[in-house]
Amino acid sequence: MTDDPPIAPRRSRSGWGRRLVILAPALWLLLFFVVPCLIVLKISLSQTVIAQPPYTPLLDLSEGLKGVEDFVSGLSVESYKLLGSDTLYIMSYFRSLMIAALSTLILLLIGYPIAYGIARAPRGAQPVLVMAVFLPFLTAFLIRIYAWINILQREGLLNDALIALGVIKAPLVWLATDTAVIIGIVYSYLPFMVLPLYASLEKLDDTLLEAAADLGCPRWKAFWLVTVPLSAAGAAAGALLCFIPIAGEFVIPDLLGGSNAMMIGQTLWTEFFQNKDWPVASAIAIALLVILLFPILVYERLQLRDLEER
Amino acid sequence: MTDDNPFGRDAEDARPAPAAPSVAPRAAPAAIRRPLVQFDTVSKRFGGVVAVDSVLLDILEGEFFALLGPSGCGKTTLLRMLAGFEQPSEGRVLLDGEDLTGTPPHQRPVNMMFQSYALFPHLTVAGNIAFGLKQDGMPKSEIETRVGEMLKLVRLDGFGERRPHQLSGGQRQRVALARALAKRPKVLLLDEPLSALDRKLREETRFELMELQKRLGLTFIVVTHDQEEAMMMADRVGVMNGGRLIQVAPPAEMYERPNSRWVAGFIGDVNLIEGRVVSSGLGHSVVESAGGRLMVSHTADLTPGTHVWVALRPEKIELDTKQPVAGGDNSFAGRVSEIGYLGGLSIYKIRLDSGAEIKAAMVNRERKPVQPVGIDDRVFLSFKPEASVLLTR
Repeated sequence: MTDDPPIAPRRSRSGWGRRLVILAPALWLLLFFVVPCLIVLKISLSQTVIAQPPYTPLLDLSEGLKGVEDFVSGLSVESYKLLGSDTLYIMSYFRSLMIAALSTLILLLIGYPIAYGIARAPRGAQPVLVMAVFLPFLTAFLIRIYAWINILQREGLLNDALIALGVIKAPLVWLATDTAVIIGIVYSYLPFMVLPLYASLEKLDDTLLEAAADLGCPRWKAFWLVTVPLSAAGAAAGALLCFIPIAGEFVIPDLLGGSNAMMIGQTLWTEFFQNKDWPVASAIAIALLVILLFPILVYERLQLRDLEER
Repeated sequence: MTDDNPFGRDAEDARPAPAAPSVAPRAAPAAIRRPLVQFDTVSKRFGGVVAVDSVLLDILEGEFFALLGPSGCGKTTLLRMLAGFEQPSEGRVLLDGEDLTGTPPHQRPVNMMFQSYALFPHLTVAGNIAFGLKQDGMPKSEIETRVGEMLKLVRLDGFGERRPHQLSGGQRQRVALARALAKRPKVLLLDEPLSALDRKLREETRFELMELQKRLGLTFIVVTHDQEEAMMMADRVGVMNGGRLIQVAPPAEMYERPNSRWVAGFIGDVNLIEGRVVSSGLGHSVVESAGGRLMVSHTADLTPGTHVWVALRPEKIELDTKQPVAGGDNSFAGRVSEIGYLGGLSIYKIRLDSGAEIKAAMVNRERKPVQPVGIDDRVFLSFKPEASVLLTR
């Protein structure tokens, strides 16, 4: 440990190989993330017009420098001002973040015991159990959501079961409520929570729990003092993996939720497809990206700390 | 465990001995230290495999005891049964006369230093050392004082705020030791405590552990597969093989009077000469071997015809290039077939005229460019009757 052989200095020739290896993902990100993002950013700074494409200004390089000047002077932040002034958008963002936060919390509460159970299962059974968590993904996502419509409707399985068990007398309204949206989200995102949690719980050294017991710590307490802190990075990864896409979720609230209140994904869809307001739709997307940047930065820091401790 | 004097063994000693120990106490005079840990015919089976086989062992208070054996011999399982991580399949483990069966690990007044150290990576060094104290509900100020004491004890002052991953292997080992000592356990269990250290550090740390054990007056039980380590550190060594405790003795006795061929071969190097007893009496036996008659001292008479092995340590053989004047018993002639130069001494492999091979060791007393004895030299070996041990198994 103290006398690892010193790492031989890399030869400059291998530097090229390394750069090439980094180039591939960098190029990919540039083409399929940075460029599209810039396009969306540009559209968000445009004005809507009835034309093809439905926004202005357009960059016309045939007019040379003047074209660029016209283009730049044509950009405006009107769409963003609209987002900030209309409570419809603010409420929509707020709602999305609230549903995402609540769903993530429920996912954590359900996912942790599942991941813990799998990690504690006999070695041979673990791959099978992990597979079982992913099994629903082998059927189409839409079909699974439609199945939930069936379960949650007035004469659906859930009401039937609750009445049969005597929990309720008359059928309850599930469908087209926030509860239905959250049920659908939790159901759909569970594997994304379980897998990173399982990964961190699975590599937890059992002797740490023995050490805790040896030092006078009962099992239940060792769970809180050792297991939970050491799986925090996995929980953070799972939470982020769920929170970010849930915040932008469109299909689940559209199919299971009510029409009175919209999540931001639905608002964006409406702006884009119904109002044909590309600039506002783009501004919504950019603003969401900025909002979600914060949890990503927090996660990055956690990851870095975790890597150091290995 | 909350007495205030650091490692107040006197306080512990002053306590009356348990009134009615459940195991029959050995009739020992008061001057002899009492057994603190007792394995009362303990066995452990994992499925069909016997890991520990009817071990009967007393470990005395204040003793540095080493459990020695090859990997898989059951020594770690024995230690883990004392810590409470495994339950004996049969028999009982007693601490201070009290049956520990059914006491969960977190309630046992023993602490363990794990082979992997098992430091909590999410806690600082101080947090690791304080972990056990917090479980006891010790007041915060006292914990701070104790942690400071412990850091000083293992010479890690100023390292309290570091994380385990920021420490070297040797420092981590000392944190593990400090953490295990912080609660002032009655017995400290050390599972291969030095195996993760490099050679030089390992040798230094042996002395440190010995010194620490003496200073604190604690009972240490160390599990190791390293003979040298066990021999050097321990007051008594228990050698295990295949789940059985083969011999328990102080290191010197273990080396000079092994009770079996296995122990003789496991601890140190040995030549085993097979033969049959011709006559026995007056403290000596005459053994007829393939290479000639041997005169061997022993402690108990053996019936003529008994199948025996004469165990002879390489360094107890006299090696000479000249024919001894008074030939006779316990001398052989042969040719040097191999020489292993180890600096301080050299090992010579000698092919005897009878065809057997014997290893002899000689101290290199003088600085000579050429060895006094070379390959293919004809040499004469001899040994004193009391230099060898007669083994019957």
